[in-house]
Amino acid sequence: MIASSKRSPLTYLVHATVLFLVVIWTIPTAGLFISSIRDKDQLSVSGWWTALSTSEQLIIARANDPKTQVQEGDLFVIRGNLLDGSSGDVTKFGSSSLEPEAFDAGAVADLRKGQTLQVMENGDYAFSSPTPWEGRSQRIFYTAEIPPRFTLDNYREVLSTEGLGKSFLNSLTVTIPATIIPILVAAFAAYALAWMRFPGRALLVAAVVGLLVVPLQMSLIPLLKSYNLIGEFFGVGSKTYVGIWLAHTGFGLPLAIYLLRNYIAGLPGEIIESARVDGASDFDIFRKIILPLSFPALASFAIFQFLWVWNDLLIAMVFLGNNEEHLVLTGQLRELLGSRGGNWEILTASAFITIIVPLCVFFSLQRYLVRGLLAGSVK
Amino acid sequence: MADVKLTHVKKIYSNKVEVLKDINLDIKQGEFIVFVGPSGCGKSTLLRMISGLEEISSGTLEIDGQVVNDIPPALRGIAMVFQSYALYPHMSVYDNMAFSLQIAKVSKADIDQQVRKAADMLQLTPYLDRLPKALSGGQRQRVAIGRAIVRRPKVFLFDEPLSNLDAALRVATRMEIANLKDSMPDSTMIYVTHDQVEAMTLADRIVLLSAGNIEQVGSPLELYEHPANVFVAKFIGSPAMNIVPCRIEKAGEQTRVALSSSVTVNTPIKTDAAEQSKSAFFGIRPEDMVVVDTQEQAFLSGDVSFVESLGEATLLYVKVPGCDDMIIAKQAGTLKTQRGDKVHLSALPEKMHLFDENEQSYTR
Amino acid sequence: MAQLASALVTMILGVLGCAVYFYGSNILLDKIFPTKNRPAQQVASNLRIANSIRPWLFLGPAVLLLTFYLFYPVIDSIRLSFFDRSGEEFVGLSNYVWLFGSDEFFESFRNNMLWLIVVPTAATFFGLIIATMTDRIWWGNIAKSLIFMPMAISFIGASVIWKFIYDFRSGGDAQIGLLNAVVVFFGGEPQNWITIPFWNNFFLMIILVWIQTGFAMVILSAALRGIPDETIEAAVLDGANGLQIFFKIMVPQIWGTIAVVWTTITILVLKVFDIVLAMTNGQWDTQVLANQMFDWMFRGGGDFGRGAVVAIVIMVLVIPIMVWNIKRANAEMEGR
Repeated sequence: MIASSKRSPLTYLVHATVLFLVVIWTIPTAGLFISSIRDKDQLSVSGWWTALSTSEQLIIARANDPKTQVQEGDLFVIRGNLLDGSSGDVTKFGSSSLEPEAFDAGAVADLRKGQTLQVMENGDYAFSSPTPWEGRSQRIFYTAEIPPRFTLDNYREVLSTEGLGKSFLNSLTVTIPATIIPILVAAFAAYALAWMRFPGRALLVAAVVGLLVVPLQMSLIPLLKSYNLIGEFFGVGSKTYVGIWLAHTGFGLPLAIYLLRNYIAGLPGEIIESARVDGASDFDIFRKIILPLSFPALASFAIFQFLWVWNDLLIAMVFLGNNEEHLVLTGQLRELLGSRGGNWEILTASAFITIIVPLCVFFSLQRYLVRGLLAGSVK
Repeated sequence: MADVKLTHVKKIYSNKVEVLKDINLDIKQGEFIVFVGPSGCGKSTLLRMISGLEEISSGTLEIDGQVVNDIPPALRGIAMVFQSYALYPHMSVYDNMAFSLQIAKVSKADIDQQVRKAADMLQLTPYLDRLPKALSGGQRQRVAIGRAIVRRPKVFLFDEPLSNLDAALRVATRMEIANLKDSMPDSTMIYVTHDQVEAMTLADRIVLLSAGNIEQVGSPLELYEHPANVFVAKFIGSPAMNIVPCRIEKAGEQTRVALSSSVTVNTPIKTDAAEQSKSAFFGIRPEDMVVVDTQEQAFLSGDVSFVESLGEATLLYVKVPGCDDMIIAKQAGTLKTQRGDKVHLSALPEKMHLFDENEQSYTR
Repeated sequence: MAQLASALVTMILGVLGCAVYFYGSNILLDKIFPTKNRPAQQVASNLRIANSIRPWLFLGPAVLLLTFYLFYPVIDSIRLSFFDRSGEEFVGLSNYVWLFGSDEFFESFRNNMLWLIVVPTAATFFGLIIATMTDRIWWGNIAKSLIFMPMAISFIGASVIWKFIYDFRSGGDAQIGLLNAVVVFFGGEPQNWITIPFWNNFFLMIILVWIQTGFAMVILSAALRGIPDETIEAAVLDGANGLQIFFKIMVPQIWGTIAVVWTTITILVLKVFDIVLAMTNGQWDTQVLANQMFDWMFRGGGDFGRGAVVAIVIMVLVIPIMVWNIKRANAEMEGR
């Protein structure tokens, strides 16, 4: 590269620019992750970048049910704690929405008919009244300074009640066969296209390259019709795992064949000829020579296909539908985006669950991914 | 062990390019045959056709008296050593050698015995568990040979097996191959190379190919001493034979040719009277010429244009008046001759060669 | 647990079925046309037959799948575009007439063109810049890895991430979206970014640029490394400065790769659907062809004719790239 042995101002500029770009590129994901482990009340009132600072919140709470009242001398008292024992400081409180900050913590507020409310700094409150409390529980408005709180509650919630746990399994069920089947099918085809002699080979290679860019959209309507027919014929409905595996296989094949063919065609011909002289049939050669030697290419494609299937929304929506039973993670996330659009604690946790597997795959197998990308594009 | 016989063998590619034209060749059992020729002459194609990796367009190939045109490589009783060795990179040395036997479903015990025997013979025993990438070039070469040996083939095929080795290793491995041949006198070996030294040192008979044709078949010395045509004459020997266009002045028992208006040479080669006045080619090897003191003893004189001192020999590039090309003379040892000096060259008459206008040798 | 078990069983069955086909068919072929321990002539003829059948055993599943999932649908889509919503009654060109008369189509078409211009350009540009700069610093590989990371994130996941960035709180509430927080910090007025017609398209495009820059960077970085050092050293000796070396020596040598990156992203852009669906579902003038097509597939029970017409428009846009690709591949094969 260009020799710049001295630390010129330009070098610092490069460092600064790259750092700036890296920050821009990582901040969205970081924000999502930080938000997903924040307390949901804090999340909805302050930006995630304030996650480490104390936040001041105006909160509406309901006191304990009147049934819990106890008689203390002449007075009927309801006691409880607004902060549920967690840390934080109540600064102000009130009993009506008109004046939510009417009293300082520790003061005694006079309500109607001799009823009083006292809220302490630590969140302890006491309603007292000369007559027994009746009806619904009372509302308390208070302002609290709450220290940063991190929790896995959001994850617990989305995994159980929002059905993400099930979707996670659905995604796995779709992804793993939809990754392995095309590899097998494509590896055989790639070997045939690279090393076997038969009429029409050049045409087939050209067809594969052509199909590489056919937009999925083109296929959806005819396939949906075919699937309905086939499903009816077998009486199993059109939305099955087998259906989506094959769909992903079909759509993944052009890239798989193209990548693997390029790689396999690049293997030294003498090795294959040597095996032939040694008496190996094409099937032996494929199994014992080609497969082991193509491992890097197979791994590259496997990662591609895995990411692509795991991250796919379109095919899952069309061929698996959006009923609860079969919903995959991306589909679930999309549902939540519609139904729980404002609940960021749900969305951020769900989004992070959907991206965590691909991210792990990405960071652990990046080497193969890069190699595959290069094989697929650079010529 | 087996004879190999090629009759009217041709190779024509789909685009109508004829790479081999009517090859006829009879190889006897136990012979070491070397196919040699410039690149693109079809020698590798010919070998690959014998191996069965390349189809035979027409003609027949017989091994051991049986026509094998349609028989797959594995059933022809051949084994091949490739230029790149073609070792299976993911298998150990042992598995590389055992592969063909495993495919043939030979029993484990037999495989083990044969592999170990071959490894022993090639001094590969300590490396049996290694992968090819952990071996040196020479060791890889020996594994490739070992892989051929374990199959006990009737015919060994070598496709430029030494060209990936460095010069020193090449000489050592060449001798190993010669030893291998000695230890298996009944095996037929066919060896392709573009290196004439390999051809000269290894071959019982050399098959010299050019542009899809066999130019000459014969023992190394036959080709050196009696080249059938100008091509063979120039291909064998280094530096190449000097070839000077000439005209036949007097045909007969002894032929007198004119190299230029002033230079004539008497050769002891017989020509018919019909050849009188035709154009021809006069040939003399650089190492067959001697520097002499006087013009009277010489048949050629000229000015030295270059001197190349190689230590063990000196090459003189001599410009002879009337001849277009430089004449090269190779003299043993070092000479004091310098650029611009006049030299006189002589040669024994029986070392002279004469080729007709079609570049074919006049038989003596 | 039951779900896990049944998933596992279906997975194993699916993969096994595939493996059994390849093993079984090849062993069957070897049994029908044996080549071991037979007379030579029979071996020769058996082998010839087996060798002419075997490529098709290897290719069979791939050819079938490609035909069923890609080739036949292309043909059928063309047919369906001349039929009514259920795909049963021939309606001539009326779907096309509808398409070219509809405002929605022109809106999506305009937006698609915007996407086609902006996204590949921006992603390739950033990719090239980052590739060049990261090659010169010691922590370049870490930087690359982080910029490459969004590649692993689904479009829908990326949409959630960015929707969070663009989040808007009305009134005086504290902004929890990063973009609005920054705007407020600099004294600006917070906006509901994704509802501002026209400009919201760019906010959507940023998401795809964010994802694709890593791809461009990885490929261009490899191409830059492939440039022979001698050419750069020669330029240095000739007195060229850094920028001149970059634009006159390096970039011209990787034009081919830049073109490949560009077209790859272009194809992706044409198919972009998830981002629009998740962010706006085509509201506020952000519709694109792929989403429109999806819309028509299911809207009111689905209109296959109109959906197919939109699909064909996308296909037509892809064809030039397809032809170029095939030409390139053919040239390469002949080069072998």
